Amino acid sequence: MATNGANAIELKNVKVFYSDKLAVDNVSIPILKNKITAFIGPSGCGKSTVLRSINRMNDLIPGARVEGEINYHGKNLYAPNVDPVEVRRRIGMVFQKPNPFPKSIYDNVAYGPRLLGVTDKRTLDEIVERSIKGSFLWDEVKTDLKKSGLALSGGQQQRLCIARTIAIEPDVILMDEPCSALDPIATQAIEELMKELVKSYTIVIVTHNMQQAQRVSDFTAFYSIRKAEESGGVERRWGVLGEYAPTDQLFSNPKSEETERYIRGEFG
Amino acid sequence: MAATTNTPSRAVERIKDEAAFTAGLRNRHLQGNIWKYFFQAAIVIGIIALLTLMFNVVNRIVGLVAVREIVDPATLADGRDLATLSAEELARIYSDYRLSGANTDGGRVFLRDNVIGRDTFQANPQAPMSQLLPNANLPPEVGALTFSELQPADTQVVLAAAAGQATLLDAVITEIVGREVLEAWTFTESTFNRAAIEERLASNEDWADARLEWRSWLNPQFLTTRMTTIAADSGVRAALLGSLVTIALTVLIAFPLGVGTAIYLEEYSTGNSWFENFIETNIRNLAGVPSIIYGLLGLAIFVRALESITQGRTIISAALTMALLILPVIIINAQEALRAVPPSIREASFGLGATRWQTVWNQVLPAAMPGILTGTILGMSRAIGETAPLIIVGAATFIATDPGLTSRFTVLPIQIYTWTKDPRQGFSEIAAATIVLLLIVLLLFNATAIILRQRFRRKLSG
Repeated sequence: MATNGANAIELKNVKVFYSDKLAVDNVSIPILKNKITAFIGPSGCGKSTVLRSINRMNDLIPGARVEGEINYHGKNLYAPNVDPVEVRRRIGMVFQKPNPFPKSIYDNVAYGPRLLGVTDKRTLDEIVERSIKGSFLWDEVKTDLKKSGLALSGGQQQRLCIARTIAIEPDVILMDEPCSALDPIATQAIEELMKELVKSYTIVIVTHNMQQAQRVSDFTAFYSIRKAEESGGVERRWGVLGEYAPTDQLFSNPKSEETERYIRGEFG
Repeated sequence: MAATTNTPSRAVERIKDEAAFTAGLRNRHLQGNIWKYFFQAAIVIGIIALLTLMFNVVNRIVGLVAVREIVDPATLADGRDLATLSAEELARIYSDYRLSGANTDGGRVFLRDNVIGRDTFQANPQAPMSQLLPNANLPPEVGALTFSELQPADTQVVLAAAAGQATLLDAVITEIVGREVLEAWTFTESTFNRAAIEERLASNEDWADARLEWRSWLNPQFLTTRMTTIAADSGVRAALLGSLVTIALTVLIAFPLGVGTAIYLEEYSTGNSWFENFIETNIRNLAGVPSIIYGLLGLAIFVRALESITQGRTIISAALTMALLILPVIIINAQEALRAVPPSIREASFGLGATRWQTVWNQVLPAAMPGILTGTILGMSRAIGETAPLIIVGAATFIATDPGLTSRFTVLPIQIYTWTKDPRQGFSEIAAATIVLLLIVLLLFNATAIILRQRFRRKLSG
């Protein structure tokens, strides 16, 4: 924890547009190194949108555009000379629905290293074993690495996806509601895994579950929705950053009334 | 106010009306059943139509035939069985026969067209025999002669050395013995009406030396012999090879082009520009263009304009035309297959730092492969049965030699078309045999594709 307090990523006045429609306005927060930062907020507040702009996954959506700066090691990820492929290699992602490739467990984990050009069988074996152990899945699958990743249970699949992500040794892992498709026991396993992973990685998690944010995260960013009536009675909605604070503080002593109402479960 | 409270209550009563529900329910089930029977009837009618068609074709490929041998084979070799004769003896019989009567070439034409090969000969007509037939064990004095210097005796020597016993036996039987099919009957006629057939044979004085025998028109010899002008001796070797080579070339050209186009349209293009929309609309329209139009296109472009490359009316021109014809089918099916790949797979791959190409090659293509193969098979099945464009491009109807890439060619459907038109005895039977052969080839292609598809699918689901 020597790097305690250092910023892994810094978002500065980030605005995201979809086909020139503002989706998220003016988000500025730090993502602290070796900490878990949780994004919470009601549906449609743009928390996933912000998450996906951090590793430039939004580039894949036609018409998506990001303004402002997302600085990583002092370099803006949206500078013209930055290759999104390199960004995603440093900032990995785990998705809402477990999405293992329709391949064997081994090939799922070895996919990332192979993309980087690793072909040596011994090296791959070592990476696969370490990554699967790192995601607490080894004891369940070690005898059957040739089995299809799709044959695993939902919770195992999500841990396989995490193993796949850490196999390329990223700095940061983004998790987009990683437990929303899982049962409570699988959720607990993932949460324990996150607490272990944060020792080596920086984690950002989007969650709908406030208890989860409280249980696992060190810092929490609360996003909320702004509305405006446009001409013709059409309502326009976009997300803004409501509040950012250490998790304990945000949940025990929220600064804004809106945060407090959300935390109390008055809207969702 | 009274009306608004009254109306809903009447509506609620209607909904809760048990008697109306019971009556209505019977009606609803009845309606459903009527539709179900209609759908079943549609299937039954379809199956009956298909079976009738198949029966009609298959019925013709086995049956009784009345055959007559024009020359008694026993007279040719002092009563010995022709099959036991050596190549030298057969060459002498053939050459002697070719020196008598109307044909006085002594077997030179047969040597040129069927043994040396017309193309080989025309490429170098002044070459000595030893050069034209490098594999034959020719005596040096004969080997030094050019084709125009060959005397009948030399022709015999060359034939005996180069043609082989089986080829010569075949030539003697088809050209000299000349088994003539006087009449052919279908399988059902032969089985259930044999007495009438025998009576007809006995009552016809001209057919005194004819005999009845069972014949399967689709036999191994039919597949391996070349075409002749006599139905009973004719084979589909040239057409079968022509079809296989054309289809192989067609798929070789159309598969990479079609899948490449589909990958570009689905994975790379944004789909927003008017140009891409224009292309997409046109591909869809091209799939519906009548095949004969493709034939005209092929004639204008591949046969005429690109003659220096394709050599005119050749298999290459035919395959290029067919490739154009099935491209839209392959593209559209490949696009559907690519679209059906869940976006989550692409996201996962990109999320691990894959480039677009790595994502397409490692994840999207394998997942889409079963669908892409299905589309390719659909295209292939269409191409193998197409006749019209090939008639325009210039498939020949009579080809005695095996097709090469730049030689004139024929294919199975063209052969079916030509033989069906021929009014002489036996030709409708060999047309039927060719139809069955075409169906078998089609079935084999489809079976291969299904096996490939299942293997891909099993690999994907682990």
